Amino acid sequence: MNVSEMSEFITVLLILIGSIISVISAIGIIRFPDVYTRSHAATKSSTLAVLLTLIGAFLYFLFTESLVNIRLILGIVFVFITSPVAGHLIIRAAYRSRVKLADSTIEDELKDVLHPKE
Amino acid sequence: MIKIMLLTALSLFGVAIAIALYRIIKGPSIPDRVIALDMIGVNLIAVIAVISIALKTKAFLEVILVIGILSFISTIAFSKFIERGVIIERKRNE
Repeated sequence: MNVSEMSEFITVLLILIGSIISVISAIGIIRFPDVYTRSHAATKSSTLAVLLTLIGAFLYFLFTESLVNIRLILGIVFVFITSPVAGHLIIRAAYRSRVKLADSTIEDELKDVLHPKE
Repeated sequence: MIKIMLLTALSLFGVAIAIALYRIIKGPSIPDRVIALDMIGVNLIAVIAVISIALKTKAFLEVILVIGILSFISTIAFSKFIERGVIIERKRNE
């Protein structure tokens, strides 16, 4: 196995690790009890999965064709910035529209601030 | 070897998208469904990157940017609709 096959193998291994992390995040999205914990699984780990996959694709095109693809860099930066913001906004909308927390929740500190009458 | 690893990664992403589709169908509240849709969009970006490696072309790499932007805007529009009832507000002072 020479050097170029070795570098291709490493980039494809990054992509495979990314897909495994994506499946783990999907298992989290069906196993967790309420919206807030589900968004904890969906936002963080699928962002990590897609970042690993895009970095793998970028390194693959860099090694095989010696091409620095600026669109992949822009895609990496854009997903890294916007995916946690989207998760924050949808969870804030869910709390303000009074979606119930799970039954095993111990403490809800935001309830006194946002819905003081109940 | 590399072909087999790419196909395995594609099928794992397919499994993740199918599980998120189950959450969209069954989800008890609307924010559950929006979160699962956002996750499907993020996984589609990764699927396009893997396909463009498997086909050895770089013609599909603009699609990554376009799907990322569309998924972000649609999630923000849904969350604003759930929170306030309207997406684009009118002016308050007349």
